[in-house]
Amino acid sequence: MSLSYLTPEFKVLRDYDKCINCKVCMRQCSFEVHSYDEHLDKMISNDMNCVNCQRCVVLCPTQALTIIKHPQTFKEHANWTYDAIRDIYRQAETGGVLLSSMGNDRPYPIYWDKMVINASQVTNPSIDPLREPMELRVYIGRKLDKIEVDENLNVKTKMPPQLKLETPIMFSAMSYGSISYNAHAALARAAEELGILYNTGEGGLHEDFRKYGKNTIVQVASGRFGVDREYLNTAAAIEIKIGQGAKPGIGGHLPGEKVSEDISATRMIPPGSDAISPAPHHDIYSIEDLAQLIYSLKEATDYQKPVGVKIAAVNNVAAIASGIARAGADYIAIDGFRGGTGAAPKRIRDNVGIPIEFAIAAVDARLRSEGIRHTVSLVAAGSIRNSADIVKAIALGADAVYIATAALIALGCHMCQKCHTGKCNWGIATQDPNLVKRLNPEIGYKRLVNLVQAWSHEIKEMLGGMGINDIESLKGNRLMLRGIGMTQKELDILGILAAGE
Amino acid sequence: MLKEGYVRIPSGCAISGIIDRTGRLFSGQSIADSIATMHDRSNGLGGGFAAYGIYPDFKDYFAFHMFYDDLIAKQETENILKANYIVALEEKIPTRKTAHIKNAPLIYRYFAIPRPEKLKLSELDENEFTIKFVFNINSNIPGAYVFSSGKNMGVFKAVGYPEDVANFYKLESYKGYMWLAHGRFPTNTPGWWGGAHPFNLLNISVVHNGELSSYDTNRKYLEEFGYICTLQTDTEVAAYIFDLLLRRHGLPIELACKVVASPLWKQVERMSPKEKILYTNLKIIYGRALLNGPFSMIIAYEDGFVAINDRIKLRPLTAAKKGDMIYVASEESAVRQVCKNPESVWIPRGGEPVIAELIRDNEKEMYSTKEVTA
Ligand code: SF4
Ligand code: SF4
Repeated sequence: MSLSYLTPEFKVLRDYDKCINCKVCMRQCSFEVHSYDEHLDKMISNDMNCVNCQRCVVLCPTQALTIIKHPQTFKEHANWTYDAIRDIYRQAETGGVLLSSMGNDRPYPIYWDKMVINASQVTNPSIDPLREPMELRVYIGRKLDKIEVDENLNVKTKMPPQLKLETPIMFSAMSYGSISYNAHAALARAAEELGILYNTGEGGLHEDFRKYGKNTIVQVASGRFGVDREYLNTAAAIEIKIGQGAKPGIGGHLPGEKVSEDISATRMIPPGSDAISPAPHHDIYSIEDLAQLIYSLKEATDYQKPVGVKIAAVNNVAAIASGIARAGADYIAIDGFRGGTGAAPKRIRDNVGIPIEFAIAAVDARLRSEGIRHTVSLVAAGSIRNSADIVKAIALGADAVYIATAALIALGCHMCQKCHTGKCNWGIATQDPNLVKRLNPEIGYKRLVNLVQAWSHEIKEMLGGMGINDIESLKGNRLMLRGIGMTQKELDILGILAAGE
Repeated sequence: MLKEGYVRIPSGCAISGIIDRTGRLFSGQSIADSIATMHDRSNGLGGGFAAYGIYPDFKDYFAFHMFYDDLIAKQETENILKANYIVALEEKIPTRKTAHIKNAPLIYRYFAIPRPEKLKLSELDENEFTIKFVFNINSNIPGAYVFSSGKNMGVFKAVGYPEDVANFYKLESYKGYMWLAHGRFPTNTPGWWGGAHPFNLLNISVVHNGELSSYDTNRKYLEEFGYICTLQTDTEVAAYIFDLLLRRHGLPIELACKVVASPLWKQVERMSPKEKILYTNLKIIYGRALLNGPFSMIIAYEDGFVAINDRIKLRPLTAAKKGDMIYVASEESAVRQVCKNPESVWIPRGGEPVIAELIRDNEKEMYSTKEVTA
């Protein structure tokens, strides 16, 4: 192969006054950046391989390491940027589709940050959540139009199956395969402790985690990995995955080398074989086909479990969501274009789909105008970064949110965006047993519990400030939001007023 | 400044309600005296009354009370009214010139029943038919506003202090079995008569002191059931929620109260298995109908009224009883002004309704079990 034109993206700075040649960095870096030079008797680095995951930085016992963005630049060009040029080098070298992971990293506007939240002053007392009751519990599922009771107040109507969440947060789909066994163990256990749910993703449900069934949503995706009767019936709910925010319209591919014995058993495919998820479900080419799958799954589980549908936020999301609601889904999860992924073609990740803020607002408005909003639950996903994002998502019309990237960051992810390499130094997006064991599920689950509890406290504080003591009263309460720095059109789509109005 | 309906205006208020559970009629003077005691709770920018049992001669007719800005609005409204209703009587609502009530619109009332052929064509019952009519006038005819649309009842309201409003409408000359009153303290207002309380739809009238933090959630929930919230007021939303729950969903009043001020999940957890099912269902189905934020309100319907607070009682409400008379008001003084020696006076807890209905054969127990002695 000809000379690579690529230069290092990051530079490893080693303070030799501090370095004690302990070789921790060498053992920790799966990208093989660090090595020990016997002649020089010192540690040296191959900057070329560094992805800035900061594993070595955090573990270096003397804090001798710093990773910086490599100072090497091109002649400045506003159009032909650093990334634009390097992507071309890469593709000219390999002839391949560029792969990336985690969510869209381009500088699109983040509408969460252009919305601010209301608080009460004088006319309406704010509520102190430490002294007064504050309810965060939500139920996900199809709601009835009305209740019917007999004269003795026995309920005559039958409630469709619901998922009970003690706080309006769930862990979004991440398959066993894309993330490690230990990561799944931490998510499942945290979900149980928090009274919420985690989602297995499309990679099947490992035997060891069946005991968390009450807190598990299982996915049925186009590859149908690991789907059998027991899988469906173990879970609390079933989610049909149509699309994913990071790669709408695209399937998935887990290379054969990652399909270990354990993953093969969980996915129900031969070890070492590629696990391919086709772009569409080949039994769903239209909305009526989706309805059939929804009802097949309901039949298979005796109408005891909610069946949801997850779609990527795309241009026509409102109409699609309305179709899904009418097709019988109990909830609709909408994944915005900043949603994460274990691997996606970079161009798709960075250019396809729409922001979740608009998608939720548009879907909620459409379902309301059709008078069916209350019959289906909406889950917002695709880059929820903190509790304020959650408050805004619910005020725009979501019933709950899914978080995934945030959960991984809690587990130690440093957003190096190299999940697709399978070399995650933090033991998250890898199947290498030596790396996986770096993630201690015992510690990991506690970190997840801490994160969700901290966010729940913050949500309560914000609700109290608004003079609300039940999260139900925030749903679709767009009067609680104001926009800053948006066009009138953007405000109209979000259905909110400008700050000061 | 934008008219109410285009802008949301927070208000503080005084409320008062009186019912004679035997159905005996009494003059509007009592309620006027009661609300006048709480003069300082309002600021002269809105006052009003709802009177039940005042039109016995026309008890089967919808009594429409209208505000018109001008004769064009009146003409247009009457065209629609008369095309759809047989009008038995139309007249100016009698008023008296008073110093403190200014800029009065044209105020008319009509006693009307839907034209049978129109009703049949619409495939609606007469209530739904009338709601559609009211929504149509209020949202489509500029300068016209239906502010009362029940049977054998009427709302009287204006911009001014409640005692002046009572004087203006000659309230002492009406006799009813149940009365509500309201004095308003809006934080800013263009002084529109339609924005005063009570808010009424068919036989449901609401007077309300408070501010709903859940307003937008409630409004959107109602819109799914076809309600159009033209006023952007909390009271309007509260009235529609009670209309939805009582009339359209057929819930008993006790349960409707448990929707708007629902028990907390931790209270539900402690309930008997049967209650647990009931309240879990209620909370799941009607979560978005919960009225959140500080309020005390009185909701009157055909059979009586219910007075209720938000579930953490952020606004005042006192109740009293003497014989078959039940009194509720923001302040005890307003009760004692018109009922010198009540048998009992109590402060209902947050979310615990005081239900006062006309005495019937299959009478419900009056709900006052969890009272706190005042
Ligand atoms: S890839 Fe990570 S562990 Fe390796 S040198 Fe770079 S920051 Fe350190
Ligand atoms: S999961 Fe691992 S590989 Fe992926 S971005 Fe995070 S640290 Fe990097």
